[in-house]
Amino acid sequence: MKTTAETTSRPAWRQRRPRSVLPLLYGLLLLAGCSGGSPSALNPAGTGAARVSGLWWLLFWISVAVFAEVMALLAWALVFRRGAARVRHGQPLRFVTIAGAGLPFIILVAVYGVGLRDLAALGASPGRDALTVEVTGHKWWWEVRYAGASGATANEIHIPVGERVRVRLRTDDVLHSFWVPQLMPKTDLIAGETRETWLEARRDGSYRGQCAEYCGTQHAHMAFLVVAEPRADFDAWLARLDAPARAPRTEAERRGQQTFAQGTCAACHTVRGTGVQGRVGPDLSNVGSRWSIGAGAVPNDAGHLGGWIANSQTVKPGNAMPPQPVDAARLPDLITYLRSLE
Amino acid sequence: MSTTTSTAPAVGRDDLARLAEHWAEPRSLRSWFTTVDHKRIGRRYLVTAAFFFVLAGLSALVMRTQLARPESGVVSPQEYNQLFTMHGTAMIFLFATPMLFGFGNFLVPLMIGSRDMAFPRLNAFGYWVFLFAGLFMWASLPFGAAPNNGWFAYAPLNQVQHNPGLHMDVYALGLLFLGISTTSGAINFIVTALKLRAPGMSLNRVPLFVWAIVATAFMVIFALPALNADNAMLFFDRRFGTHFFDPSGGGNVLLWQHLFWIFGHPDVYIIVLPALGIVSAVLPAFTRRGVVAYSLIVLSIVAIAIISFGVWVHHMFATGLPQLSYSFFSAASTVITIPSGIQIFAWLATMLLGRLVSRVPLLFVIGFIVTFVLGGFTGAMFALTAFDQQVTDSYFVVAHFHYVLIGGAVFPMLAGIYYWLPKITGRMYHEGLGRWAFWLAFTGMHVTFFPMHLTGLFGMPRRVYTYRSEPGWDGWNLVSTVGSYLLALGLLLVLVGVVHAVRRGRPAPADPWEGDSLEWSTASPPEPYNFPVIPRVRSLHPTWDARTAESTTTGATADRVLSDGRRTLFTSELDARTERAVAMPEPSYKPLVLAGALLVFFTAMLLAAYPIAVVAVLVVAATIAAWLWPPRRPDEELGVAS
Repeated sequence: MKTTAETTSRPAWRQRRPRSVLPLLYGLLLLAGCSGGSPSALNPAGTGAARVSGLWWLLFWISVAVFAEVMALLAWALVFRRGAARVRHGQPLRFVTIAGAGLPFIILVAVYGVGLRDLAALGASPGRDALTVEVTGHKWWWEVRYAGASGATANEIHIPVGERVRVRLRTDDVLHSFWVPQLMPKTDLIAGETRETWLEARRDGSYRGQCAEYCGTQHAHMAFLVVAEPRADFDAWLARLDAPARAPRTEAERRGQQTFAQGTCAACHTVRGTGVQGRVGPDLSNVGSRWSIGAGAVPNDAGHLGGWIANSQTVKPGNAMPPQPVDAARLPDLITYLRSLE
Repeated sequence: MSTTTSTAPAVGRDDLARLAEHWAEPRSLRSWFTTVDHKRIGRRYLVTAAFFFVLAGLSALVMRTQLARPESGVVSPQEYNQLFTMHGTAMIFLFATPMLFGFGNFLVPLMIGSRDMAFPRLNAFGYWVFLFAGLFMWASLPFGAAPNNGWFAYAPLNQVQHNPGLHMDVYALGLLFLGISTTSGAINFIVTALKLRAPGMSLNRVPLFVWAIVATAFMVIFALPALNADNAMLFFDRRFGTHFFDPSGGGNVLLWQHLFWIFGHPDVYIIVLPALGIVSAVLPAFTRRGVVAYSLIVLSIVAIAIISFGVWVHHMFATGLPQLSYSFFSAASTVITIPSGIQIFAWLATMLLGRLVSRVPLLFVIGFIVTFVLGGFTGAMFALTAFDQQVTDSYFVVAHFHYVLIGGAVFPMLAGIYYWLPKITGRMYHEGLGRWAFWLAFTGMHVTFFPMHLTGLFGMPRRVYTYRSEPGWDGWNLVSTVGSYLLALGLLLVLVGVVHAVRRGRPAPADPWEGDSLEWSTASPPEPYNFPVIPRVRSLHPTWDARTAESTTTGATADRVLSDGRRTLFTSELDARTERAVAMPEPSYKPLVLAGALLVFFTAMLLAAYPIAVVAVLVVAATIAAWLWPPRRPDEELGVAS
């Protein structure tokens, strides 16, 4: 497998490429194993996904071999038995038993053994003093907190590369499923219970994750990003998550903050250190640095942010945020303020 | 080996006239509503299920159109979520099982040498309930109130606080309503196959298709209660404030999943087993010999029916249950592939020894083998927990179960449609049209669903109404959409072929394929009484067997003619020794009235019109009482014919 995962923190879709006129050819290239920047399980960057990728290729080649056997028998029948002069009336029970039950049994027992080994590997606990990320699923976004940091972020999980990080999963409403194809298979978020999984990235990079259990109207827009970075960068990032949000520095930012604190925004959102402590929507203390708006619905830039504030229902119909009655004159300052929160 | 049987019986003209008089149903409006003839009911099942298949298929085409490109706006998310839910629910509940029940209804009495099902009125009732339940569920779509929670409707998203409106009430009540039909049909198949077989058809001479239908019927009886309990609790949660699935009230959301899959995994085999039975029924005519390893296939059918109840947790491998239980269910799910392997190699051996007759039904059987084997491989992969956790709920699983269900159920059904069309309609189909239909459907199927393996591995989750452009997603989604149009075109040609056959097809002889089972010894289409003389079965391939043929001509005896009334033969369960003749019921309005009253009841419950529901219950009780009221002249068949 060629390892070409992008190492920037921006996923491929944010760099708008011209639409390929030859999607078929493009796809054929992907089939050859070069899955480019897609969040492909066959392009693993984590310990868990690498193990499953190995299992897949084992299963794949066994399937190819058995399929070739079945097709050869079928082809033989079609070539030599079509209009054959004589019908044979035997009962080849030994052939049916060996080919249909005996050989498959031996193959399946072996494969089952490999599968058990991988199941045990995926289920291994990350160790008592491992870093713990608390992830809570909401319709339709991910709340992310760290043991040892007062703040919260949304739809973006930073982890130190090369370390096994425990992820504790809860849901605030319905079932969701935590899936980062390049790092780790799925674990469901079960209402009323807590589940655990772990992430271990083997190399720097940003890895797209997405909710994989149908969770209602906007299940399609419940993505997140796992950013694996060197320990020092991670520590710096986590320290910012523990500190108050960046204070306004320009006049525009100050006006924007006022609009934010006095308007409807404050009812649902939090910005640390400002006294605005709404708990319904995502914490916005570092919203300016995030990879997307609306859990992967649109890129995080000024235009999309303005559109989202004015009426997010046109972007992500059904989400919990109603259209905001923000004065058109005040919107630019509000956007400036939010984008300054890094 | 094959002996073309003439239908010219050695029974007298008076006998034939009396049989016709007792069994005839005039072509009138009244008879349309009151019929109890299993062949008419079977045909209705087939046509109605095909109609629901078209609706569910059109839903899929809209979905594929929406997904052809990233971020397109063909439908809204709310519409898309109703469409994929109705697509799955209708394909599983309103198409697959009723379609196979339609084949069973038409064929089981003919294959076992009986004049009707054991309970003809119950049979009619089952059809009306199926029709009404299907319309009940589809009627919600134009109102924007169709189920929208996926076909397995997980809690707590199915609860009223997360999903207000009638959507999931339609789902719960619709499936409870439909369950009445499925259960009564299953009971009818079991009793028919055990008690109404022609004398001499001991268990080791029962056609494989009938074995498959009976195994399926037993599975329905054991699996369906779990689904019914689930839906009853769901309706109570939603309507009357219970908390079965609400964790804040002490309920458990995984209870829903356990009960659903205790039904749901057997249901996969409830769909696939009869379809595999069709393959075993079709092959002898096109290989000119019996299927290899009859007893191994019977054992496989029974083994699948039993093991399928022990694998349900593989649908829950990502829910975080204990690893020990996962390793058990992983083993059971691995083992269940073996009985299917035995059947595949038995069919291959049959083809390798026989003389292949290359006609459309055989093409669909070959298409079935290619496709179903591929679906089987991915199925065995899903048995391994670690792999399952990576690809479950992605497009990979969508690819997998369409390979299993289109390959393992739809292709055999299509083989069955072309094979039995002459028997059902009395007309031959157009061979060229059929070949075009096969190649388009086969190609379309693989072009649609093979790329979904890739999009799934590339990280695309299922049940998303749209997606942002990702490398590896856009192109393959477009390919899938193109393939789905091809598949639809192929299926349209099947429909054209059937209509063409009915309108313009040349008349079919009684036995156009020189088939081996008893339905080919009746006229095409069969007389209302099926058999002028109920045959005495002497082998596993009665129509190829001169002694069985003789039993209906020169060897006919009065105890198997039974022309003095509407009667058929009762035989013993294992050896099919003649016990006695039994009277079969006349046409009746009661099945229709009872099903109609139930429709009123379920509609009233849906709309919370409880007084009307109470009235409907009274009508149901009165109709059942009238139905079961003992006849004035008690005779020996009391309690046999419904």
